[in-house]
Amino acid sequence: MAVNESLPFASYIEKMPGGQVILATSEDLFNWAKAASLWPLTFGLACCAIEMMAAGSSDYDIDRFGSGVFRASPRQCDVMIISGTICIKMGESLKKLYAQMPEPKYVIAMGNCSISGGIFYHDSYSVVKGADALGIPIDVYVTGCPPRPENLLHGLIKLQEKITARKAEAV
Amino acid sequence: MDIAALVQELQKKAPAAGVELTPTGVVIRRDDVPLVFGLLKGEFSFESLQCLTAVDRKGTIEVVYHVYSFTHRLMAVLKVVLAMDDLNVASVNGLWSSANWFEREVYDLFGVKFTGHPDLRRILNPEGWTEHPLRKDFKGAGVVLKPVK
Amino acid sequence: MVTEELIVNMGPQHPSTHGVLYLELKLDGEIIVECRPNIGYLHRSIEKIAENRTLVQFVPFTDRLDYLASMNDNLGFCLAAEKLLQIEAPARAQYLRVIVAELNRIASHLLAISTFAQDLGAYATPLFFAMRDRQKVVQIFDELCGQRLTYNYIRIGGVAGDMTPEIARMIGEFVLYFRKMVNDYDELLTHNIIFKVRSKGIGIISKEFALDYAVTGPSLRASGFKWDVRKDEPYLVYDKFDFDVPVGANGDAWDRYYVRIQEMRESLRIIEQAMGAIPEGDPVAKVNKVFRPSGEVYMRTESPRGDLGFYIVGTGETFPYRLKIRAPSFSNIAALAPLIKGLNVSDAVCALGSLDIVMGEIDR
Repeated sequence: MAVNESLPFASYIEKMPGGQVILATSEDLFNWAKAASLWPLTFGLACCAIEMMAAGSSDYDIDRFGSGVFRASPRQCDVMIISGTICIKMGESLKKLYAQMPEPKYVIAMGNCSISGGIFYHDSYSVVKGADALGIPIDVYVTGCPPRPENLLHGLIKLQEKITARKAEAV
Repeated sequence: MDIAALVQELQKKAPAAGVELTPTGVVIRRDDVPLVFGLLKGEFSFESLQCLTAVDRKGTIEVVYHVYSFTHRLMAVLKVVLAMDDLNVASVNGLWSSANWFEREVYDLFGVKFTGHPDLRRILNPEGWTEHPLRKDFKGAGVVLKPVK
Repeated sequence: MVTEELIVNMGPQHPSTHGVLYLELKLDGEIIVECRPNIGYLHRSIEKIAENRTLVQFVPFTDRLDYLASMNDNLGFCLAAEKLLQIEAPARAQYLRVIVAELNRIASHLLAISTFAQDLGAYATPLFFAMRDRQKVVQIFDELCGQRLTYNYIRIGGVAGDMTPEIARMIGEFVLYFRKMVNDYDELLTHNIIFKVRSKGIGIISKEFALDYAVTGPSLRASGFKWDVRKDEPYLVYDKFDFDVPVGANGDAWDRYYVRIQEMRESLRIIEQAMGAIPEGDPVAKVNKVFRPSGEVYMRTESPRGDLGFYIVGTGETFPYRLKIRAPSFSNIAALAPLIKGLNVSDAVCALGSLDIVMGEIDR
């Protein structure tokens, strides 16, 4: 089994001469597995969802990073990409969705709206000022209105780096 | 047919109704809503209610109807002025089904009650709100949501 | 055997509701007895914000209404504002507006038909094809105004930037390329037997029903009613172009799909004619930057989803007194409940997909 040196987790895996056997701690192995298959939730809130779809389709191909498997049920997902404006009515559902995801779970806040309310921050009576205000912990913030698909992919890579550099939780 | 001709016809058909032509639309009295809109739909073939909204004029609320006749290629703008302490007007849901959601929206955002509406609930804002956000005296309620844990 | 009615909640997070729509379905077995659509999950209070912004400041918000066709929303608002302020955009700007609006119509219809096909079970192929071609349109817009989705390109009094020869070349290439591709979509989907069986005769919108519910756009035209604001109440320079208004025969889901395919062809024709006839000149009129609108205006344009109306009331202040957006999807989705009554759940998904809704403009 060859290990690609350019992968963010490659430095954690100690290679034996000849490359036949890999020695790693189980922690690193689990992290490596987690980071390389982050399944996102099929969950489009607003405009950013279109860019999320663009990231998932032909030209950007999120599958290269192991995240192409968009699941419709939160129970099968690892990462929630909050793609768009969160409104009060939706806030409750969003909290439920987050609660339904199994551990370990990660959240990417995609776009200014889900970071802070964005363009709707002022004068709006129904927009939640960011997912933080709902108490949902965010792992990666991806800025833009909407962020380009490259930017989302960058956020995903940052999340992978975060996962592989982190000590494993109880698995 | 243009809008002036329509108003003349309306005045001829319903002399008791107060139909008045102003530069920004035809103003009708609240009590004449079923009569005038019934005539528009039935006699003048205005097939479609394209838009229904309201404007808060500080003290009164104007309900604005945009009805369109594909036959005459004519958009008629009709207005009903309601006093703030008596926000009731007859529903036109029986004439045009598109009124159903438009009226719910106006009820939600302005608090105008459409009598005879089959299902007058809030549509955009959560159930249980007491305020009507598009009124001019609305002071931004902001977001009241409890964070998880 | 005792049977009872079952209530199924569909949404607000559901892959085939095209956004955050929540349907309460009352089912008898597989048959929908009653449907109660609930909206407002993306209510961003844009109409309230409009009362606290100048007309120029409000243009970026129109991008976020119908985020699949931002150019058309920019256009609708700017035309309404220009009508109120009695400004006319220069000829070059008018042609540029037509070109970008039609390009955006193609991009929007591409997503509409491909997500519709996806709802019917054609899992990824049509979507990937459509996203690939949409990408080409988006790249043109990216060159033109630096954004991929929210353009803010059409401004009051003109457009934000002129078309460079490079962009003209890109548009020319796209038209040639897409003329071939549209035939591919036709072959891939239109006469596909599975696709036809799933969508023929489902969710029939008759002429009378459409007018009653103020359904507009391709959904109205699919019922055989020939109504297109571009043709019947021409704005910009649409009256100078030669194009047809495709109509359907039965008003079912397949007709709505096929009207969109044909409309993409017509859009290509318009773009080609506009590119050939575009005059030289300044793309933006010399206008003030501070407007004090007074009076009232209702202006509608043909967005990819139907009649998009803007009703602006001004009282001489810099901020409009009231701004109402008459969104086509709002009326179209209001017709959903009677449309899917008595259908199977899987067919309801088909009817919903063929309406092509965007929650951004429904909830505003």
